Amino acid sequence: MSDVAERITSLVGALRAHGVRIGTGESVDAARAVETLGLADRELLREGLAATLLHGVGQRAVFDPVFDLYFPRGVGGPDGGPADRAALRDRLAAALAADDPAALARLAAEAVDGLGGYGSSPESDGWSAYQTLERLRPQTLLARVRADVRGRGVSGAGFTDRLLDDELRRRIEEFRRLVGAEARRRVAERRGRDEIARRAVRPTADRVDFLFANRDQLAELRRAVRPLARKLATRLAARRRRAARGTIDLRRTLRSSLSTGGVPMRPVLRRRRPARPELVLLCDVSGSVSGFSDFTMLLVQALHDQFGKVRVFAFVNRLDEVTGLLDHGRADPEGLGARIRAEATLTGWHGSSDYGAALGEFAERYGSAVGPRTTVFVLGDARTNLSDPNLPAVREIAGRARRAYWLNPEPRAQWGTGDSAAPAYAELVEMHECRTARQLSGLVARLLPV
Amino acid sequence: MFTSVDDVSARLAETGYLASPAVATTVFLAARLGKPLLVEGPAGVGKTELAKAVAQVAGARLVRLQCYEGVDESRALYEWNHAKQLLRISAGRDESWDETRTDIFGEEFLLPRPLLTAIRGDEPTVLLIDETDKADVEMEGLLLEVLSDFQITVPELGTVTATRRPFVVLTSNAGRELSEALRRRCLFLHIGFPEAELERRIVRLHVPGLGAALTASVVRVVGALRAMDLRKVPSVAETVDWAHTLLALGADTLDEAVVQDTLGVLLKHQDDIRKATAKLDLETL
Repeated sequence: MSDVAERITSLVGALRAHGVRIGTGESVDAARAVETLGLADRELLREGLAATLLHGVGQRAVFDPVFDLYFPRGVGGPDGGPADRAALRDRLAAALAADDPAALARLAAEAVDGLGGYGSSPESDGWSAYQTLERLRPQTLLARVRADVRGRGVSGAGFTDRLLDDELRRRIEEFRRLVGAEARRRVAERRGRDEIARRAVRPTADRVDFLFANRDQLAELRRAVRPLARKLATRLAARRRRAARGTIDLRRTLRSSLSTGGVPMRPVLRRRRPARPELVLLCDVSGSVSGFSDFTMLLVQALHDQFGKVRVFAFVNRLDEVTGLLDHGRADPEGLGARIRAEATLTGWHGSSDYGAALGEFAERYGSAVGPRTTVFVLGDARTNLSDPNLPAVREIAGRARRAYWLNPEPRAQWGTGDSAAPAYAELVEMHECRTARQLSGLVARLLPV
Repeated sequence: MFTSVDDVSARLAETGYLASPAVATTVFLAARLGKPLLVEGPAGVGKTELAKAVAQVAGARLVRLQCYEGVDESRALYEWNHAKQLLRISAGRDESWDETRTDIFGEEFLLPRPLLTAIRGDEPTVLLIDETDKADVEMEGLLLEVLSDFQITVPELGTVTATRRPFVVLTSNAGRELSEALRRRCLFLHIGFPEAELERRIVRLHVPGLGAALTASVVRVVGALRAMDLRKVPSVAETVDWAHTLLALGADTLDEAVVQDTLGVLLKHQDDIRKATAKLDLETL
């Protein structure tokens, strides 16, 4: 049993390294779960450990690959000789057509074994999911599998037939994931589990760096906008409730104390004027930071009922108002970035971002959007491409607004390197590092006016 | 309560609840380890039904605490019956104050609310704390003592400890992040949308009149809708509703007209209906 205990503690260690908070109590529960369930059925074990160790849905994406490393399906390669590419493709097509998950898992193992190996010396060899998929090219099987399924008539002619393509694409995607997991497992056998668990497992979506997120991760973030907005709204409401219990209104307290003979029995609190705060967002949507800006715009739009007025401006080197494009209902999160770039005038005679020109244009054309009730957020990496940062314009905006903040998706250590004007801007506007969705939601909950 | 994971699935299936392996495993562990079960998931996947099914299987009494914003101690734990206490004081005129005082804070004057009821009972009990995320943060603090030690402290009476631990199920729609302290006292279970095979079985169980081919088509269309980026994707409850609708309409295959007419059963936002119509090419009519 000591081997199992050791394996659970190292699994817990790997999960902690990915930011999943697990206490000793949970480790003990996990061990009791293993004792109750036994080691015979791997899927039961997976669910049991997930139930005892995890506390949220988002953590599952980290847990599954880590579990696969510490409790692998098998050891070594699959039985039988090396399979050749054509035969593998044939069998893969059959398995995809039949929608047989067990066969897909077996094929993933064989494919990595047969096609994914590289290097020959014991120091530098390994298994590559990328190489396996490049050689096997499962995505090119789509037409063949489609014809196969249609030919057998199981898909049911007519209406549901049009769903077939998407279903097959999802199965192929699943196969690619299996190949990735299998390659990680094989490498882990060679290099040591702990290192692979630390390096090769993707972090949860809310910890992904905005600047390095790939397409899937950005899509995952977009799906998280609505639940996140709901959580932030309750947090803002709680802050508002607390803020409403304000300071004592001395004049009215004394006035009401007259009825109790001058003894202030009941303190009267100062009433707050129910002013709805206004928000102005200035977003750099140039290629380098567009993922960050899109996400923040969607988040603020989802929170729009918390504010009196929200106005959103986008810029690259010219600036334009895009509030209308973000309207509820119209906002199609997926195409948002493309639509903004298509419908708004954002660039002049070159395509790279110019903070000085854009901020100057804002101060000039939309200066009236900022008033004493407005909080201004500037989103961007403050990389001016060596043009004039136009500090007077920023000073003017910040001076007129109630509050002004700058959210910078770059790590603090890189501020001021190269063409970054971050330190200069940070002297005028409070600048915060905002690299992940987790940091953003923390900042939004803290900085948004109530 | 259960002998094995398979036993859990089999007995839950008898009551009409088809459990996925994840659900069965976690329910089994919760019963074995004696820990509360925190169930999260989108609306309409059967979180509350799970608690009811477990109660039915175990032959236990179901005690339900429905949480809402502002639910407090006197709604969740216990309350003193003030009217009865006043009657008691005015009825006993000749006794000293000390006697009366010890008397009116007795069990007789205590009105138990769901949590106390579940703890005090001798018979097997399933305690369902529904929509925990709707309650305020203060309420979570009250729950902690109940969930970790299965006891409730009434200042005037002392501590009431459970003689027989209830099987506790908490549900949440993740409308608010529950506190870490609450989460770590529970086993965590996320019920997502079921796999196609399981969903077909669920539809067949609830709408036996629908043909096998049509059931399969229904599940495939719902699966395709879930893969779209919609504001509210259809849940299992909607799938079953849709199956009922199709049965009532007497449809024997799906075609554009039928799907377009009944899409409102599955999708509850106009944007979603518009988007799904476009993606499924329903406008080719």
